[in-house]
Amino acid sequence: MSALTPTLAVLEFHLIGYRRTWRGSVFSSFLLPLLTVLSFGVGVGAYVDSGIDGVPYLDWIIPGLIASTAMQVAMMESTWPVLSRFEWVKTYFSQAAAPLRISDILGGQLAFTLLRVLLTAAAFLLVAAGFGTLHSAWAPATLLLVLLVGAAVALPTIAFSASIHSDSYLALLFRVAVIPMSLFAGVFFPVESLPDALRWLAYVSPLWHGVDLCRAVTLGVAPAWSVTGHLLYLAAWVAVGWLLAHARFRRRLIG
Amino acid sequence: MVSLVLPRLIGLPAAARRSVSVMERNAAALKSAYWLVLISGFLEPVLYLLSIGVGVGALIGDLTLPTGQVVTYAAFVAPAMLASSAMSGALAETTFNLFGKMKYVKLYDGILATPVQPFEIALGELGWAMLRGAAYSAGFLGVMVAMDLTTAGRALAAFPAAVLAGFAFGALGMALSTFMRSWQDFDLMGSAQFTLFLFSGTFVPAESYPTVLRWLVEVTPLYRAVDLLRGISLGSLGAVQLFDVGYLLALTVLGLTVAGRRMGKLLYK
Repeated sequence: MSALTPTLAVLEFHLIGYRRTWRGSVFSSFLLPLLTVLSFGVGVGAYVDSGIDGVPYLDWIIPGLIASTAMQVAMMESTWPVLSRFEWVKTYFSQAAAPLRISDILGGQLAFTLLRVLLTAAAFLLVAAGFGTLHSAWAPATLLLVLLVGAAVALPTIAFSASIHSDSYLALLFRVAVIPMSLFAGVFFPVESLPDALRWLAYVSPLWHGVDLCRAVTLGVAPAWSVTGHLLYLAAWVAVGWLLAHARFRRRLIG
Repeated sequence: MVSLVLPRLIGLPAAARRSVSVMERNAAALKSAYWLVLISGFLEPVLYLLSIGVGVGALIGDLTLPTGQVVTYAAFVAPAMLASSAMSGALAETTFNLFGKMKYVKLYDGILATPVQPFEIALGELGWAMLRGAAYSAGFLGVMVAMDLTTAGRALAAFPAAVLAGFAFGALGMALSTFMRSWQDFDLMGSAQFTLFLFSGTFVPAESYPTVLRWLVEVTPLYRAVDLLRGISLGSLGAVQLFDVGYLLALTVLGLTVAGRRMGKLLYK
């Protein structure tokens, strides 16, 4: 029995549940982003005459939408479901009563979330290829990048969801974090056109780093920042997020 | 339809008083976190306006409408954001919350033990949703005037139109939620709502869509609301805006009638 076996058992639990609910997620995590591509990339793109940095608007916006969808799937999976497993269904307490460590419970939760992020991004990437918007052989690296973005936003969110008792705070989290990030972190227009103070907020958000990296690999252009800098920054979110989430889970499950 | 609604409306003011009691109950039950959610709801359309209207607008420049009028992209998008926030505010209150109260909290079973009738519950809940929606609309119109996207006079005229759009969606939402079976059905509704948001002439003129899509869009309630509010805020009113008003009024009456009937059926069984 390897050290990972208990984590895989938790992942299996999530997958068995997903077998019943995946149909609903196809619509929200795949069809809606696709409609967004059509509305913005094709519809609004037709009015952006000169494109951005010499690239058609559709091609420019797609890597941003992939990163942003990865973030949203990761956040959705780390909010209501996590709160519910503490507060309403209390699954985590049952898991803690089994021979599982906190890191197994958290690891299984994260693995399932990342699997959903990966599937969504892969489907999105195929569509992007169908539209002929991938300009570089590096494009498949998007799949690795979305995993990093997914973990960077999921772990701190899991820590947050494990700290609250009412889901009103989750609605609030979407309003003050998720929506502003998806609107201002360089998905729809370059962050350079933001006023200084807002631009720094965009730089702080993990999403912007993911968007910039995804755009670099699908368009085959140099990112606005050093690749190492981006990767280290996102890795820092993952590391701090894991520590926070682990501490919150321990406090809630063991006391 | 009229024969069903009118007698009840004439039964005022007793019915109105009882509907107001339902609203009072909602105000009394507000919790602190919910207040924050209520207030932050106002920010959402403003953020969209700044991101898409101003941010993406800088890439687009001015837009020549099919009428020949030239407007900034932000001025074009703003009334659409107003309409869709009226839609999402009204739907959030009348679907999710109403369904939870009806099916899980069993709130209305308690209310029905008082002289309040199902139709009055529907009216009270709609009135409550409209209070919230009207506050959002007024705030957003203020932002539009401050950003010079419309004039103060037009903003004043647009306010009742935005409230009317809210009533139409609120009534529709209540009627829909009486047909919902479980929370999963709301995912479908949310998806439908987002699809409307993307394609109701919100971000580009409906005339630029392919013909089939365009006529599909023309009959949707959000497009009619966008058309009405855009006509007012850009000062390009025509006969079609009268049709918009009629459409939204009809939707309100239809939604309320269906909701009142269905709630009676569900609650008195």
